[in-house]
Amino acid sequence: MTATEIVNHFSWTIGGPQGTGVDSSANLFLRSCAVAGLYCYGKREYHSTIKTSHSYTQVRVSGNPIHCHVDDVHLLTTYEKTAPFEHADEIVDGGAFIFDPKVTDPSELDLKDSVLQIPVPYDEILDELAEELSLPAAKVKIMKNTLAVGASLALVDFDMQYVERGLKGIFTGRKAKLVGNNVRAAQKGYDYVKNFKIDGTPVSELFNYRLEAQPDAEPQMIVTGTQAVALGKLKAGCMFQTYYPITPASDESVYLESQMHSTGINVVQAEDEISSVCMAVGGALTGTRSATSTSCPGFGLMAEGIGWAAINEVPFVIFDYQRGGPATGLPTRHEQGDLLFASFISHGFPPRIVIAPSDMTEYYTMAFESFNMADQYQTPVIVVTDKCLGNNTASIPLFDENSLRIDRGKLASQDELDRLASLSPELRGQYKRFEFTEDGVSPRVNLGQPNGLFWNTGDEHDEFGHITEDPENRIKMLAKRQKKLETALANIPQDQQYELIGPEDADITILTWGSSKGPLIDAMGPLASDGIRYNILVVKMMQPFPAKGVADILNKAKTKIGFEMNATAQLAQLTMMETGIAMDHQVKKWTGRPISESEAISSIRDIVKNQAKEVVLTYGK
Amino acid sequence: MANSPSSTLEKPIKRTARDYKSDVVSDWCPGCGDFGIVAAVQGVYAELGIENHDVISYSGVGCSSKSPHLMQTYGVHTLHGRSIPFATGTAMCNTDVRVVVTGGDGDGYGIGAGHFLHAGRRNMNITYLVYNNAVYGLTKGQASPTLDLGEQPKSLPAPNPNNSVDPLALAVSAGYTFVARSYAYNRKHLMETLKRAMNHNGMAIVDILQPCPSYNNLHTKDWYGEDIEISGNMFPRVYDIEAEGYNGKVSNPADAEEVNRKEIQALTKIREQDERVALGVFWEIDQPTFMDRIAPLNPKLAKTSSYKMEIADEQGKPLVDLTDVYAEFRTDTY
Repeated sequence: MTATEIVNHFSWTIGGPQGTGVDSSANLFLRSCAVAGLYCYGKREYHSTIKTSHSYTQVRVSGNPIHCHVDDVHLLTTYEKTAPFEHADEIVDGGAFIFDPKVTDPSELDLKDSVLQIPVPYDEILDELAEELSLPAAKVKIMKNTLAVGASLALVDFDMQYVERGLKGIFTGRKAKLVGNNVRAAQKGYDYVKNFKIDGTPVSELFNYRLEAQPDAEPQMIVTGTQAVALGKLKAGCMFQTYYPITPASDESVYLESQMHSTGINVVQAEDEISSVCMAVGGALTGTRSATSTSCPGFGLMAEGIGWAAINEVPFVIFDYQRGGPATGLPTRHEQGDLLFASFISHGFPPRIVIAPSDMTEYYTMAFESFNMADQYQTPVIVVTDKCLGNNTASIPLFDENSLRIDRGKLASQDELDRLASLSPELRGQYKRFEFTEDGVSPRVNLGQPNGLFWNTGDEHDEFGHITEDPENRIKMLAKRQKKLETALANIPQDQQYELIGPEDADITILTWGSSKGPLIDAMGPLASDGIRYNILVVKMMQPFPAKGVADILNKAKTKIGFEMNATAQLAQLTMMETGIAMDHQVKKWTGRPISESEAISSIRDIVKNQAKEVVLTYGK
Repeated sequence: MANSPSSTLEKPIKRTARDYKSDVVSDWCPGCGDFGIVAAVQGVYAELGIENHDVISYSGVGCSSKSPHLMQTYGVHTLHGRSIPFATGTAMCNTDVRVVVTGGDGDGYGIGAGHFLHAGRRNMNITYLVYNNAVYGLTKGQASPTLDLGEQPKSLPAPNPNNSVDPLALAVSAGYTFVARSYAYNRKHLMETLKRAMNHNGMAIVDILQPCPSYNNLHTKDWYGEDIEISGNMFPRVYDIEAEGYNGKVSNPADAEEVNRKEIQALTKIREQDERVALGVFWEIDQPTFMDRIAPLNPKLAKTSSYKMEIADEQGKPLVDLTDVYAEFRTDTY
């Protein structure tokens, strides 16, 4: 043991061609650590191909909650020849490198001198294992990724009982019989590294990093963003989801489809995104909570359908998982490039609510609340999410369901419809679906209800929904629809509109949104020890924009910094438009690789120490 | 067939077409074929004795797509070309209502061609009525996808350089389970065909030929009404294939030989080179609908309809129990 032992502050990277088990290794590593009561964040990067291209996952593990990845790699684990070339230079001084000596020659790599080199002869160990288990070699070979996890965790003195529990969490049901052999494979890797010596000293004693279980920690959930959204939708009673396959949004719909049997939700793959959005609206008109999910190009195709739903006051929910744009752009990479598009989508500015959750827990809670907002204000709700949180994995506190309430908004009861019909028999069951009201919201009826006859049309319409181009009606009907946004702004709880994190009296306020919040939270501690204090203004509702609340906070700040993952500082632009307040400094990134804690620290430091006007971040593969 | 049986108003025992007429006055051109079609549809509703609120009249955009506003039913006038997906969403979530889609040939076979095709694959229980006049009337007479190559109605500056599509051949190959053609001014045939289409369980299309008195000066009411000479004999231009003994219905859908034979017969009849215009039901088969197909995958939905599922208790507490679902994500369950 060395004096500078670093406990529960660890970053591990595993990489390789897509389809070689990298994801499975990462899943097992993260799960084992989370089961041990540690906080985990897994960043997944992959190409727009199915096999062969390089993919990797970084799993960051901590004794305290974490919200993003870091640039440092403390241990790089590989089992084939390509990943070392991609990541060897990222390993920090005093870090370690596990590799297969059959395919990797460390002298060819850009490794720092102090990096511990640990060759693991995977094939020989697996042959041994095959013999011990009396299994054919081919059946054992696929456990190479499990072996790699065992080897990695030996280096940090991890308690192997949690790997066994991690495996039990992965192999369930019919696959449970695989747990035993995988435990053996992990143990083989563990034992090999434990016995590996450099100059007579066991290598794990030369390595400074340790992962210690926190058995008293509260239980957690391990979710990706798409799963968190799916669970929030199910809880909200979403019973109809449409989609067209697109990365990275489809993961959510495919997961929901796997829950059809247990929950009754109907998940339908449409012929394109135009159909997806229209089908969801058609479903919503029956009173069924309906939604669709897509990513940038598909979201573009939904523009007209969103406008139709808005003029017809149909409550439904659209998720846009942003990726690098424009056009196909960077289809498997991260960006926050759709904020302005989502805020202004569809011609004629139809009223819409646009919200942007900023962490995994909010992916769940705001997915749930989006349906309440849709029902209460009878308008499309666009939820802007992104590839970073969508595809990444985190361990988070268990969802708090106790406070969740479903609110369907103003509905015309059957008794009321019957009463109105008997008062005015000349109407023959027609109902003023778009009746002018003080708050702009008229009681809704569902298609098929007796005495509720109304019409929908994409044209401007009267209170029954019939087409009219009368200017007086136009003035009143447009005002009625827009009024709903005022009502929404007044009624939606402030913490769903924006949030101020950190010391209120700090001189620096950093304006951000979505997944870019994570690195700013994690950088707060390290920067405070550097003498830099700031608070974070996270905007979560983009339409209607909480201009007053945002302006009040920004006006108190001596220094205002914009911080987001796009090339044009879209939230800063929107804030300028809505409040007239400009940022003093701007941090941007558009490489498709999310912003890390390390980058948050360096960019804020650069601004504070050097008064940099703009910092453009570029790190990451 | 109702959301709720609690309606207290007395319903007239004998219904007439007038009961399905809304208060809206049509703005179609005098002599438009649309009038006859709407009247026929209203007549069929009366004959079938359908409750007004049980009908959801869907449409796209175009002259004919204004039809839902003329119907005293629920009416959903959607986007150009998108009536089918909107209607599909409704039909999937509420299996108790009757979904009837109206649109033009440009709406359905042009901008909406993709949805038109995929509707066949799904075989939802929807009746799709296409008012086919070979022109885009509402934008002043441009060529629609059903205008033949070389034809030049009066508002085209040059003859049509495109081939026409055959919507009924497409419908058969896409999986529609009821494929028919009728004519706006043959009221008896139209009503009979509409009734059969509405009683069909599955995706039904009726392509309804109609004159456009303002822009299609080639296929006028007179043109459709003419007798034409074929091999020295005179025949009415428009004729009923079933009156000549054609039978497009598959009597045993499990009999692959019959299905194959009838499908080839339908495509042959639809594509037949004939100066006459054939009306009738070309293809009819009972096949499981989309909802039938997903029933085993979704037993909860199979027992009810999405719109009827209870999602909250009286206090608004969510009723969906995810305890078992959460188990796979929790760190304390294994």
